[in-house]
Amino acid sequence: MSSSPLRPESALANTWTIARRELRDALRSRWFALNTAAFVLLGVGVSFLSASAGGGGGLSGFGRTTAGLVNLVTLVVPLMALTAGAGSVAGERERGMLAFLLSQPVSRVEVIAGKWLGLALALAASIFLGFGLCAAIVATRANADGAGALVALAMLSLFLALGMLGIGLLISVLSRRTSVATGLAVFCWLLLAFATDLGLMAGTLTWKLSIQTILAACLANPLQVFKIWSLDAAGIPLDVLGPVGQYTMDRLPNALPWIAAASLTLWAIVPGASAALLFARKPAA
Amino acid sequence: MISVRNVSMSFGSLKVLRGVSLEVAAGESVAICGTNGAGKSTLIQCLTGVHAYEGSIAIGGFDVRRDGKRARRLIGYVPQELAFRDDMRVDEVVRFYAALRGDRAVDVAAVLGPVALRDHAQARARVLSGGMKQRLALAIALLGNAPILVLDELSASLDIEGREAFLHLLVGLRGEGRTVVFASHRPEEIAILAERALWIVDGKFQSAPAPRGVVTATNKENRDVLIPATA
Repeated sequence: MSSSPLRPESALANTWTIARRELRDALRSRWFALNTAAFVLLGVGVSFLSASAGGGGGLSGFGRTTAGLVNLVTLVVPLMALTAGAGSVAGERERGMLAFLLSQPVSRVEVIAGKWLGLALALAASIFLGFGLCAAIVATRANADGAGALVALAMLSLFLALGMLGIGLLISVLSRRTSVATGLAVFCWLLLAFATDLGLMAGTLTWKLSIQTILAACLANPLQVFKIWSLDAAGIPLDVLGPVGQYTMDRLPNALPWIAAASLTLWAIVPGASAALLFARKPAA
Repeated sequence: MISVRNVSMSFGSLKVLRGVSLEVAAGESVAICGTNGAGKSTLIQCLTGVHAYEGSIAIGGFDVRRDGKRARRLIGYVPQELAFRDDMRVDEVVRFYAALRGDRAVDVAAVLGPVALRDHAQARARVLSGGMKQRLALAIALLGNAPILVLDELSASLDIEGREAFLHLLVGLRGEGRTVVFASHRPEEIAILAERALWIVDGKFQSAPAPRGVVTATNKENRDVLIPATA
């Protein structure tokens, strides 16, 4: 007992230590390799199909590839982020690692913030590496004009991923078992990706919902917000989305990016912050 | 060094601790004894701030609830369930926990040497045996020279030989002046390591009698300890 214990680390230092561990573990995992490979393969596949649909062969340019990728990203990125977040806290709790981590000189908010940051960086790495490789392949084989649209889509994909990661973490904090957390994450994905679309269709037919109500419901769903904003950012007319898209073009041409940014920002902050608050009050084991 | 006052804790409607109080002086070695489900591990985890509880717990004068980080920097904790991330190497595990204690330039070999794991620094956590994991947890508990060691069922995953070696290690650490609090239901561990044993039954401390098969005796340091009746 020659020296006294070292002082507690600052909140930022602890958060970064935990984030680095999460990032390193994610980069080593099959999850990261599979998702990145899926991005590249699907991106190149979409480009190839876009060119075929246009009557040409080989790969289409960035503009059409971006348009084709929007629907793909709307499905794949949320699933990636939700399941990554859902496994993080519940998995450690189930295996007894969480109690050990929390017995260290670290606060619960630092733990959850570190996990969020590490997984966010891993998702960013996967998304940008996937889009980057896809862009490199498209650029070597097709017209390289319009690469900015693909960059914008990658940025918006990350924005969407951050929101979904927060929801995943919230699910993870509330779940005692990894299997339950993963199941809830998949259910949440189905709800956001499919059930709201089907529900709106049914609601429109049954209750004759107004176009404003439908638009408001769309703007409350981060996946729909992402889709509308991405198409708008890529310069694709929103009437491809039907009457709601047409209405948005007519009534909200300048406000759309701001409304979409506000909606996705809320989705990126509120679920993650809620997860941190709940985790700070909840027993670990 | 450790002050537990009127601590109660429940899991839902199940009361696990019922108004437990405990004072542990610096350098003292105290065993929390009891049968499975008596509340030993829950009390230990309340000390580390893992569980929410009623009452108050102070470690080195720091309230565990209000000033948890400062309280926990004084504690090295060895859990009953030993789990490390499978893909992390032993040296990465040590560096991670050392960083959380503010030591970013930790000498991994010096940390692993005393627990005989220096040769396993590059091994993945998944290949370690239960005994090795226990020793790794002890190495982590000793990071930052924490003055208090808290151990939950300290030799639960060890065979007889491993348990003896582990206890020998702990006796040495107690001799260095560390405060040791451990949960156990093994009389031989209590006899070797504890200066004072407290029996917890149904979430409350009971002064007497000791369970069947255990008697009170005086050890070499003239302190009352509990030993197996057959010893």
